[in-house]
Amino acid sequence: MSPPVSNELPLTLAAQQVSVTYPNGHTALSDATFTLTGGTICALVGVNGSGKSTLFKALMGFVTPTAGRVTIADAPVREAQRKGWVAYVPQSEEVDWTFPVSVEDVVMMGRYGYMNFLRTPRPVDREAVTAAIQRVGLSDLRKRQIGELSGGQKKRVFVARALAQQGRIILLDEPFTGVDVKTEEAIVTLLRELRAEGRLILVSTHNLGSVPEFCDQVVLINRTVLACGPTAEVFTAENLSRAFGGALRHFDLSHSTVEAHDGRQVTVLTDDERPLVLGQGGHLEYRDRAAHQKLVDEREAAKTTARDV
Amino acid sequence: MLQAFAVGALVAAVCAVLSCFLVLRGWSLMGDAVSHAVLPGIVVAYAVGLPLPVGAFASGLLCATATGWIKRHTRVKEDTVMGVVFTGLFALGLVLYTKTPSELHLDHILFGNLLGIEPAQLRQTAVLSLIVLAVVIALRRTFMLATFDPSQARALGFSIRKLDTALLVLLALAIVAALQAVGIILVIAMLVTPGATAFLLVRSFDRMLVVATAIAVGSTLSGIYVSYFANASSAACIVLVQATVFVAALCFAPGKGLLRSVPPTTNFTEN
Ligand SMILES: Nc1ncnc2c1ncn2[C@@H]1O[C@H](COP(=O)(O)OP(=O)(O)OP(=O)(O)O)[C@@H](O)[C@H]1O
Ligand SMILES: [Mg+2]
Repeated sequence: MSPPVSNELPLTLAAQQVSVTYPNGHTALSDATFTLTGGTICALVGVNGSGKSTLFKALMGFVTPTAGRVTIADAPVREAQRKGWVAYVPQSEEVDWTFPVSVEDVVMMGRYGYMNFLRTPRPVDREAVTAAIQRVGLSDLRKRQIGELSGGQKKRVFVARALAQQGRIILLDEPFTGVDVKTEEAIVTLLRELRAEGRLILVSTHNLGSVPEFCDQVVLINRTVLACGPTAEVFTAENLSRAFGGALRHFDLSHSTVEAHDGRQVTVLTDDERPLVLGQGGHLEYRDRAAHQKLVDEREAAKTTARDV
Repeated sequence: MLQAFAVGALVAAVCAVLSCFLVLRGWSLMGDAVSHAVLPGIVVAYAVGLPLPVGAFASGLLCATATGWIKRHTRVKEDTVMGVVFTGLFALGLVLYTKTPSELHLDHILFGNLLGIEPAQLRQTAVLSLIVLAVVIALRRTFMLATFDPSQARALGFSIRKLDTALLVLLALAIVAALQAVGIILVIAMLVTPGATAFLLVRSFDRMLVVATAIAVGSTLSGIYVSYFANASSAACIVLVQATVFVAALCFAPGKGLLRSVPPTTNFTEN
């Protein structure tokens, strides 16, 4: 796919003291402040009901903040949206699955912002759609009516739509729930490519273990922003227990039966594909030291390039 | 007779195209509401000497906006609000009608008068229908997006409020156009049945528009034909034919593959 972003300056998404109170009087979010700049994958992490989806809706302008404001490149979000810069993959697609549209029709909807008022697809739109469908591995199913897909495939359709839109900012609300490991890995690979193209990706997830593997930044929320910044700084035992309270299960090696004869090696089994492991003092441990080093190097290189531009 | 065919077909096409949106959006009752609500507008317009379609359009739109406003400011569900608003306006229209001495034929308003339509009205209906048809077809993809996924529409910077209003205005105009032909009671059938039938038969939106239009125009032409010889109400005959087609689609469409368009490339292997 053509990288339309790389030669432009990365965008900045800023939330300033955003508060959201729903009509029923429930304040789902108060005083949320953070800033993100293109070329990053940022995880949005918090317990159920902590306001992740609410934050996405506030960023998208679907709910009007009762206080504070959201800007993209120092302008109101609406201006960026009109330019097709912001792609959004909702959590539970409140979608009518019986609607007579095919996979490619839905993906094409990502391109409407670039078309004339008749929304007639141009060759470039068709190419973008084909490429996006291919990238999520749905090429064989592109003519299917959307109701005739499995849950994970449905999810991928909406990821493909965000890809086809080629947004410079991509918001994904729990894209990994209900998808298998293979699909999750495919989506993660895609997100990494998008990051390399200079896009800004904000993704909410409950999959704590995989966060350090592909997210360079984290926003930790529980009805407000508890912490935000580089993953290693935010993902500490202290912050996580503030965010999750008793909701996380700990396994403290020093008080366990693990002894010196076990060496540095224990086997951790979890129902989640990737366990989150914190070292002494609550710092992050990575599963694969070499891969992590490579990631750090890449990020450094990206920063240098960004500065050169 | 030929004129009746032409106007009938045109009105049927307009209503059919709109019906696709109404059915998919769950707005079927909205068509009913707006069409009933035009009655007081017609009577008032007659009394003060305005063109009747202007009054009809105004009160139809009043119903839609009042419904929207009340829904936003209370916890009552939209269909409930609509039920209260449109029956209220319809009743008001009936009272005004009996209190206003006029040469309006209530049964022509209620049930249409396709075969006795006058040339001036004919032109009016034709022009209005053509305008609405052109606009809806031009904007069909935008309306489809707003119907299918409002949050994506907003993410691209479209205003759902404006699009909804535009669709309501087009709906009200279509109803005004169809009034002459089928009357306010049966226009709802024209605004629901073709879309509902097509929905059973197709799997792509553009095809749904085409199939709905074809069904509506076909039913209208045969309905008028039957009514002429059976000496029955043409609107009723049209609606009857449409309903029959719907039942046929219901019986034969799903799974049977009689009319269902399964592309030959579709297979059941997944990657
Ligand atoms: N439309 C609404 N009206 C009123 N309250 C709402 C509404 N939507 C969400 N809430 C409340 O706001 C809070 C935050 O909800 P939100 O959907 O943002 O949580 P979340 O972090 O996305 O949770 P999850 O992990 O389950 O997706 C919850 O307590 C929820 O009950
Ligand atoms: Mg959520």
